Amino acid sequence: MSYVLTEEQESIRRTAKALVGERAPVAHLRALRDEADKVGFSRELWKEMASLGLVGMAIPESYGGAGLGFAELGLVLYECGRTLAPTPFVATVLLGASALLSGGSPEQNRTMLPAVCAGDRIIALAHDERSRFLPYEITTRAEPDRSGFRLSGEKTFVIDGHVADDFIVVARSAGAPGDRAGLTLLVVPADAPGITVTRSHMVDSRNAARVRFAATPAREILGQPGAGADVLDAALDRATAGLCAEMLGGIEEVFERTIAYLKTRRQFGVPIGSFQALKHRAAYLFCEIELSKSIVLDALRAVDLSRPDLSAVVSVAKARASDTYLAVTNEAVQMHGGVGVTDELDIGLFLKRARVAEMTFGTASYHRNRYAELHGY
Amino acid sequence: MSHADSAGAARRDALSTFRTETRAWLIANCPPTMRTPMSDDDEVWGGRRAVFDHPDQKVWLERMARRGWTAPRWPTEYGGGGLSPEQALVLADEMRSLGCRRPLKSFGVWMLGPVLLEFASEEQKREHIPPIVHGEIRWCQGYSEPGAGSDLASLAARAVPDGDDYIVSGHKIWTSHADRSDWMFCLVRTDPSTPKHDGISFLLIDMAAPGITVRPIRLISGNSPFCETFFDEVRVPKKNLVGRPGAGWTIAKRLLQHERALISEMRDAFPDEETLEGVARRTLGPSVGPLADAALRDRIVQANMDFYCNKITLRRAAEAAEAGRGPGAESSMFKLYGTELNKRRRELMVELLGYQALGWEGDGFSAGELARTRAWLRSRANSIEGGTSEIQLNIIAKRVLGLPD
Repeated sequence: MSYVLTEEQESIRRTAKALVGERAPVAHLRALRDEADKVGFSRELWKEMASLGLVGMAIPESYGGAGLGFAELGLVLYECGRTLAPTPFVATVLLGASALLSGGSPEQNRTMLPAVCAGDRIIALAHDERSRFLPYEITTRAEPDRSGFRLSGEKTFVIDGHVADDFIVVARSAGAPGDRAGLTLLVVPADAPGITVTRSHMVDSRNAARVRFAATPAREILGQPGAGADVLDAALDRATAGLCAEMLGGIEEVFERTIAYLKTRRQFGVPIGSFQALKHRAAYLFCEIELSKSIVLDALRAVDLSRPDLSAVVSVAKARASDTYLAVTNEAVQMHGGVGVTDELDIGLFLKRARVAEMTFGTASYHRNRYAELHGY
Repeated sequence: MSHADSAGAARRDALSTFRTETRAWLIANCPPTMRTPMSDDDEVWGGRRAVFDHPDQKVWLERMARRGWTAPRWPTEYGGGGLSPEQALVLADEMRSLGCRRPLKSFGVWMLGPVLLEFASEEQKREHIPPIVHGEIRWCQGYSEPGAGSDLASLAARAVPDGDDYIVSGHKIWTSHADRSDWMFCLVRTDPSTPKHDGISFLLIDMAAPGITVRPIRLISGNSPFCETFFDEVRVPKKNLVGRPGAGWTIAKRLLQHERALISEMRDAFPDEETLEGVARRTLGPSVGPLADAALRDRIVQANMDFYCNKITLRRAAEAAEAGRGPGAESSMFKLYGTELNKRRRELMVELLGYQALGWEGDGFSAGELARTRAWLRSRANSIEGGTSEIQLNIIAKRVLGLPD
């Protein structure tokens, strides 16, 4: 059972698949990891994606993008997920551009988004402070001064923070940690005074950073001071939907590789895929994956239509994508047997990515809790 | 505007006109009493011994049948509605939004009709399809036998040729509503000498024929929706064989795909029932804020999320099937997932009701509570009837994933 794609969407998918397949197969991530690459992704590839219109896919044409939607962007992210292609999509497009589109003034967007679409500017969201995703647990202070604010505090898990040209900083201008009110989003260039960036090497061979702000001057506010959570929540919903599309690509890739292995690996004189113990587990996974496809597609559509149930649908998608990605990669390792736990086989790389993606923007438990809250129970 | 665009626009316009006309017709023709929620007791199954609890049920059935809208996708030449897949979705959509009841529940419409259209002779189609559309003949399914459950192809009921007839002898079980049906579509063995799948034929049998005995089976839920059916040298005309002798297994499997698609759809909702979280609010509290029992709350969320995902997957399958293809091996997925999910939700509902779900009859329990207890017990059969969950997993592994035998 396939998606029903328009001709234009089919062509976008083909373009992304061809580019990623040729330029960023799983071996590409492996090479960057083994060479301890300073950037962690290929800037040339990112520029090429930009020149093909993939980076600015869901950004309006007036800001240099292709003016399409998340249904289309999701196809690109899905293909990146299939090969674990390391790109700054999550940081600069899903988070950075989404925050700008949710809260930026036309002037701010005109200043920043064209360079994002061109692949020349990396924007990172400096948000998390705790050891898990707790969006309003913010202690970083935004203290007013004569020309704007001064930022002080420490951020963690800032995706692609080590190569960012700008940070969008989630800071508290009022209230206490945990309060949704009193947050202010500020844009600061990465070379502003008082910023210290320390790269974190993540288990999935991608990058995040710890970023310290010490009385860093900040003048560019996104949205209204104290009402930053409105911008943040909207950006996070869009980013989460996009991340789910990437996760779906990884899920399907791992599953296909595993089914192929079940057909070829022989033990006791027969293919191991003939054993009912494995068949039934594989068939169950198939069902979970089909449901995951439906909900991810639904979440992407919900973004494009600004549906009132967007947040709830995004929570269903992230909860299911997280559970399914973990289940599929765990089963894939087990079904591959001993070779499944070797570094040589790619399956382990997907297992690691699944874990990072699960924690990013909230685990399945986080989103089940949020879903219940959104429905008033 | 390109040619393709203008053709698309014309089709959208036509569909929008169809929607307007359909809505107007439904408003004018669906009696107000048929726009109220339906309980299991209000169901209309048609047939020679049709039961109409309310005269409007008959009016509504006849009006819909006259337009062929009891079988909207079937060709008009056999009495069907002749609608395109898109139009059929619009009709279903408008009926749902106006709260119109389904005018007819029918194994003929859901299961037999589609395979007759695909496999039957012209004469058989003309004889059997129109009475299905009009709800005049009620059909039941003669598949399982005491010795042929999951291994259905090992069935033993014999049909021996004798002149223009077959002489049928055997014992069928789990024949839904056989005691109230007029005809049975039945799997019989016409050739015991060939491998088991090859000797099976698909035979239509008039339940009024001499030699047929029907005995209802009482279930753990207390109801008897299923029967045992005994055939003692029953004479059936050879013209009632669909397809050629020995080709019954192919037809049987196709019919099962329709049945599975149906079972997964029928589990779509708990009509007119409180939501799980609503019951939890009432039985666990507190009156506002997060529910008192965090573990139960999480299970409710998971059930609700999975229900939503299952629903939109059915919708996605419908979108993918716009070309008009029948259900494929994916029907096994819907059968498996839909029934397992329904069992889970039924158990959760019972757990949320607590002691009030432990009643069997009499005072101290509301009708709704008793109904939910019975529904939980009935749901245990969901993952057995129409092919067990384990059989569905086998089918998915083989037909969808291509795993070796």
